[in-house]
Amino acid sequence: MMKGLKKWRLVTLLAALTIILSGCGEEYLSTLLPAGEVGQDQFNLLLLTTGIMILVMAVVFTIYFIALAKFRRKKLGDDHMPKDVEGSHKLEFIWTAIPILLVIIMAVPTVYYTYKLGDVSAMEATDEEGNPENLVVNVTAKLYWWEFEYPEHGIVTSQELVVPTGEKVYFNLISSDVKHSFWIPAVGGKLDTNVENVNKFYLTFDKESKDLEDGVFYGKCAELCGPSHALMDFKVKTLSPDEFDNWVAAMKETEGATASAESADAGEAAFGQSCIMCHAVSAVGTSGASAPNLATYGDRNRVAGFLEHDKQNTIDWIKDPQKYKPGNLMPAFDQLSDEDLDAIADYLLDLKVEE
Amino acid sequence: MTTVANSVGQKKGFGATLWDWLTTVDHKKIGILYLIGGGFFFVLGGIEAMLIRLQLLIPNNDFVSAGFFNELITMHGTTMIFLAAMPLLFGFMNAIVPLQIGARDVAFPFINSLGFWMFFFGGLFLNLSWFLDAAPDAGWTSYASLSIASTGHGIDFYAIGLQIAGAGTLMAGINFLVTIINMRAPGMTYMRMPLFTWTTFVASALILFAFPPLTIGIFFLTFDRMFGGNFFDHTMGGNTIIWEHIFWIFGHPEVYILILPAFGIFSEIFSVFSRKRLFGYSAMVFATVLIGFLGFMVWAHHMFTVGLGPTANAIFAVATMAIAVPTGVKIFNWLLTMWGGSIKITTPMLYALGFIPSFVMGGVTGVQQGAAPLDYQLHDSYFIVAHFHYVIVGGVVLAILAATHYWWPKMFGTMLSEKLGKITFWFFFIGFHMTFFLQHFLGLMGMPRRVWTYMDGQGWNLFNLISTIGAILMAIGVIVLIINIIVTTARNERVGNDPWEDGRTLEWAIPSPPPFYNFAQTPLVRGLDTYWIEKQEGHKGYTAAEPVTDIHMPNGSIIPFFMTLGLFIAGFGAMYRVDHSWGLGVLVFGLAFTFLTMAIRSVKDDLGYYVTKDQIRRMERGRD
Repeated sequence: MMKGLKKWRLVTLLAALTIILSGCGEEYLSTLLPAGEVGQDQFNLLLLTTGIMILVMAVVFTIYFIALAKFRRKKLGDDHMPKDVEGSHKLEFIWTAIPILLVIIMAVPTVYYTYKLGDVSAMEATDEEGNPENLVVNVTAKLYWWEFEYPEHGIVTSQELVVPTGEKVYFNLISSDVKHSFWIPAVGGKLDTNVENVNKFYLTFDKESKDLEDGVFYGKCAELCGPSHALMDFKVKTLSPDEFDNWVAAMKETEGATASAESADAGEAAFGQSCIMCHAVSAVGTSGASAPNLATYGDRNRVAGFLEHDKQNTIDWIKDPQKYKPGNLMPAFDQLSDEDLDAIADYLLDLKVEE
Repeated sequence: MTTVANSVGQKKGFGATLWDWLTTVDHKKIGILYLIGGGFFFVLGGIEAMLIRLQLLIPNNDFVSAGFFNELITMHGTTMIFLAAMPLLFGFMNAIVPLQIGARDVAFPFINSLGFWMFFFGGLFLNLSWFLDAAPDAGWTSYASLSIASTGHGIDFYAIGLQIAGAGTLMAGINFLVTIINMRAPGMTYMRMPLFTWTTFVASALILFAFPPLTIGIFFLTFDRMFGGNFFDHTMGGNTIIWEHIFWIFGHPEVYILILPAFGIFSEIFSVFSRKRLFGYSAMVFATVLIGFLGFMVWAHHMFTVGLGPTANAIFAVATMAIAVPTGVKIFNWLLTMWGGSIKITTPMLYALGFIPSFVMGGVTGVQQGAAPLDYQLHDSYFIVAHFHYVIVGGVVLAILAATHYWWPKMFGTMLSEKLGKITFWFFFIGFHMTFFLQHFLGLMGMPRRVWTYMDGQGWNLFNLISTIGAILMAIGVIVLIINIIVTTARNERVGNDPWEDGRTLEWAIPSPPPFYNFAQTPLVRGLDTYWIEKQEGHKGYTAAEPVTDIHMPNGSIIPFFMTLGLFIAGFGAMYRVDHSWGLGVLVFGLAFTFLTMAIRSVKDDLGYYVTKDQIRRMERGRD
């Protein structure tokens, strides 16, 4: 009997714990486990407002339950006639004044952080030699993929944003088709990528992503953009400043890389035949490509931003992209022979700049 | 010509009954029509919601396709806001407000009928998209870049359907404004009006100012999609952000158009079932008006992440938080109405009691979202989905369900089963919190809204599963309500004037349902809670302000039905004009048809008819 009760308690406790723990979400995705200063500021604001709001709810619920317990007709009798009260100026004043105070308490940090997070004045700053002081990434959102250009370094990549930790990274955001929204939940709040104007903001990345479960933070599109809105994910790799510099250097080394249709490598040849018209394999360049840059395909964490990163998915995707991301702009290459597809997948998975 | 005889409820054939409902200008019947129409769309929107939740039951689900899912979310939102919540509230406003102010009808009975038919045909037009092409798929907000890029006729159905329905809403709003300003019984000063009338009044004023922007926005969209306009095409000098502003300048007041009448309904219920006058009546009125004003000054809080800059964001953030103050005033006044009262937990009161915690939770998350930098995280995540369902389901839908039970006897002369009503409440209430509470956390855990599916391994599986189970409970609650309505109608046990026995306002002073002329003599209002005062003084019924005289009543008319039919036809023409040459002809024909009916209405004299003193006396005696 006792044993049964204890077991039951344990199960309840575990269930409650599971819910509380899963309540925080995953480290690479949850706003509740901020991995950057911007996300931390926003999380602090969440804590402050939640605290005040729980206070308000506690007051309301207390009055509510006492009233409900004390003034039931069942208790008072069916013919009880309550005294009519018109109201009370004193009470009205109290419950107007206190909420105003609470609103002010919340409004001050809100205004402060709004300006703080909206400050992109350092974006254009340069040092004495005319080099930009801060890293700027130009983000272009396209129908279901993301392009990241590093104008200072003359390199471009897609689907995986790579950034250094410990400094402010500034972003220029735009969309090239319909409106999307750029969001890395664990790092900081989102900003829309409009079609007609560039939006600017910054984020800071305090945690290296290599310790995370998948080695990356998750990025999301947060604005409905068509059938595959849900699948328009990207990943974020955060590297130490040194590693980041190495990565940039490696990216620059891909300059001039291309896939020749005459190549002895069957994969490169097939790629050169069918794919190179849209997909570049050199990371040196600017944004504005019609299809994702594949220079770092082998380093990536996912196929098309969300599928398990393996050969089979690569082949399946090339054969019928619409099946996986309805509405995307890549045509199906089901006319390619199985050998060609196999070779292309091998070739792609070999495209790496990281060790 | 309508005669008195056929209005007193003799047996009629099906054809005559149908004709009566198609031509009616009686506010009580139009109220019932709104309830039927709104109820139908509510069930439809509910089915769409169930499909959404079933798709999100497990990760990587393919129960529905991605494109179909976007159609479902778009139609669920559009249907619930425009075709369910608003019409259902209009149903109660129509049925009850003229009774509460001691009037015999609304100011413009003909326009009232026209407003209903425009809502109905607009809703029909929108929903025919399921069968004729594809449903709209750019979300209920239909943001311009996506809605312009959307292929097929889905968005065209949205634009034209809402244009027709929206015009109906605007008419209804103007009608209530004029009615409440002009048709109050002697002694019914503004500060003696029941709260439901007050909130209807303020909501109508909001409609008057909020719907024209929507009309304009939708016209822009229509021109862009069907007539080669470039309002939202940035490559041609247009701007998509304009749509967002226009939509939310309408969209935010729209929230208050829905919630204020809900506040009104609960104010009545708290007061009646606490057997006590509403605490702080004048503060309540003031708060209502203030919320109405502030409602127009906060639209950009839906756009914090658009990139309007820190100054705009900061101003709108603070303005948004300010709304919490008058809303808080209301909550505390309701609590103090209960305090010291004699609380009887009937089904309507149960809904009111469920409303307080639910709405407070929706309100506080609203304030959190008002903190702009925090909203950068919350915006377009499931947190938002949780928030607005707490406000709209926890506020508006609970109010509609409460009003259904509360005023059903007044409208139909028979009481809905209290037992089944309470069963509905508990299913719906528990299901509601199960569905939406955890969605706050899903949002905080990084789940964007409007996602068709989600991958495994993101920590969202359990909460989505619980959420879907909750939705099933809500559906069971609604099914029990439908059974309740059928059983009650079949039993048809008649009730008297004041079936709740604690009625305070004028509608409870007259029979259930009221005769077609409402009040045999115009009532004299001697204070707030008019009927309560009479009861306290031992009077039966109300004090009349005039002797029994002939009553002037409007004639029914089929013209509103045909007027709308013309616009309905023209809508198809405008849409198919793009692909077929006959479209233009249909467009012209439809518009010409509407203008013809308008001409007939203008030229034909219709002076109504009189119910004579003798007839009134006979009918009133027959009742006793």
